[in-house]
Amino acid sequence: MSAPAVARRVVASAPVVALAGALLLTTLVMVVVGVDPTLAYPALVRGALFDGNLEYTIAAFVPTLGMALAFALPLRAGEFNLGGDGQLALGGVTAAAVALLAPLPPGVAVVLPLVLGAVAGGVVAVVAAPLSTRLGIPAIVSTLLISAPAVSLASYLVRFPLAEPNTGIAQTPPLPEAAHLPALGGSGYLTIGLPLVAVLTALWLYADGRTVLGYEIRATGQNREFARYGGVRVGRVAALALAGGGAFAGLAGALIVLGPPHRFVDGALTAPGYTFTAVAAVLLAGARPVVVPLTVALLTFLQVGGQGMEREAGVPSQLTQIVQGLIIVIVAVLATLRARRAR
Amino acid sequence: MNVFEWSFLAGVLTATTPVLLAALGGLLCQVAGVFNIALEGQLLWGAFVAVVVSDLTGSAWTGVAGAVAATVLFSALLSGPAVALRADPIVVAVGLNLLALGLTAFLMRQIFGSGGTYSSPDLAGLPDLGELGVDVPVLREQSPLVPVALLLVVVMATWLTRTRSGLRLRAVGQHLDAAQAVGLRVSGYQHGVTLVAGALCGLAGAQLSLGNVTLFSEGMSAGRGWIAVVAVMLSGVYPGRLLLACLLFGVAEAFGFRLQGAGLPQQAADAAPYVITLAALVLAAVTRRRRRSYEHA
Repeated sequence: MSAPAVARRVVASAPVVALAGALLLTTLVMVVVGVDPTLAYPALVRGALFDGNLEYTIAAFVPTLGMALAFALPLRAGEFNLGGDGQLALGGVTAAAVALLAPLPPGVAVVLPLVLGAVAGGVVAVVAAPLSTRLGIPAIVSTLLISAPAVSLASYLVRFPLAEPNTGIAQTPPLPEAAHLPALGGSGYLTIGLPLVAVLTALWLYADGRTVLGYEIRATGQNREFARYGGVRVGRVAALALAGGGAFAGLAGALIVLGPPHRFVDGALTAPGYTFTAVAAVLLAGARPVVVPLTVALLTFLQVGGQGMEREAGVPSQLTQIVQGLIIVIVAVLATLRARRAR
Repeated sequence: MNVFEWSFLAGVLTATTPVLLAALGGLLCQVAGVFNIALEGQLLWGAFVAVVVSDLTGSAWTGVAGAVAATVLFSALLSGPAVALRADPIVVAVGLNLLALGLTAFLMRQIFGSGGTYSSPDLAGLPDLGELGVDVPVLREQSPLVPVALLLVVVMATWLTRTRSGLRLRAVGQHLDAAQAVGLRVSGYQHGVTLVAGALCGLAGAQLSLGNVTLFSEGMSAGRGWIAVVAVMLSGVYPGRLLLACLLFGVAEAFGFRLQGAGLPQQAADAAPYVITLAALVLAAVTRRRRRSYEHA
């Protein structure tokens, strides 16, 4: 294919069209409510990339990518995991509890909280699997219903048994030095969390495309009856996919807690909306897992830049949530239009 | 603590009503074969518009009307893509729920100048039935939308089983192609129920923000739209069962409030409705499965 043809395909691809459409509609919203887009968009770019903000963008990219895997992996098996918040919060609180309560040697003090955080997230998510495959309760509903009490439980733990004494703030005491994620220079926001999720993403991409399990997960997602007929144990595959997704979410929570400010603060994991930024990114990437890191980077850029836009141009940062919602709707519409044209 | 007192029953009814109104919309969609999980976003949007309009006009009933109209418009964002274009209703609904969350938080800051919670003396809430001369203990402190919701259960049950158009709607949901073959305008029915569900979610939102309380706070729907989705899954095409399912949620929420009063942490009260709803869903699924295996035996 020649270079112009490639360029044409990229420009006309669903993610690019969806993003352009969403930005167009957002600009319209700005104009309607009386915000000058020529002030707002430069403030957005500065807020995400310049003035020392790039570090925060990367710090937000890590958990968002983790949450993207948490949504994408079960989705490949046909299960919607919308309970990311609960898995994230319980993963985080588990990691904090392990780091606070068990005096561990250096090295282990970082690895064990991460592993147990991932396990906690996986356990929360896997409950939805038998409900879906045996009882026919859609995971999209059960994961959400389980998520709310899981967030409540994390909130209870951090307010009472694990609370920092005599402060009245809903947060744990600072974690011991040995449990801090090793920093990669700078002010400490850039940690080994970045290479860790990068490696895990690469592993997932490899497993998805090149292994038997990845094939079985995709087969289960595309046609459950056919996969069963072909000898795939679909119940087990769906459970593995949900557990794996939950583990990614739990790990994301643990990474946030072991990074600065090195403690579990109630609401700090769920308030930034990593879960649904990730959902939007995965749906924007469509059926191409390789594109997921790119769409995550793009939406993290919008999310963090949105805060800069709020500081500088006075535009509420919730505008980025509107963009994400619009992106998802437009992606769905484009998918159906393409399917029609193909027919 | 006495559970069997009028104030507890009144609390149950208050907690049930917004969920019931939204769930009635969800039930209509299910009957017509439209998968509508955008109830949560529509409920939130309705609650927001009700407060904005009531605050601007000083009239709660104008607020209710505004909420209904605005939420019908919002639901067109579902019926357009999902019914006319046959886009994936799950993906569209996920997007719309997120859109409602962002749009209400954004507009709240633009209109009222700050986020979080908005309440003001200018904000007119719905009147109590007691003020309108109703002297029944459980209803005295309820808004007029509470008996309206209960009445709608009866109306809908009658309509779906006793009228030509109700039966046709069920035919659309049961067998789309067959309904089309006998000459029904299938997509007309499906557009219709999606928009009516929008209207009902608008009512539900108005009841939440002008009836249950008189304020708007970010994300105040707090999962009620999802509980409504579960109530619909539990009830098939039967509005009577739907009322029972929603009452179960109402009991859980009212009971959670009581537990909190009795010294249990707030987090337990927050979690109670979800845990009980999920338990009911599992129980119903297990029972259905067991019954089916008997029939096959």
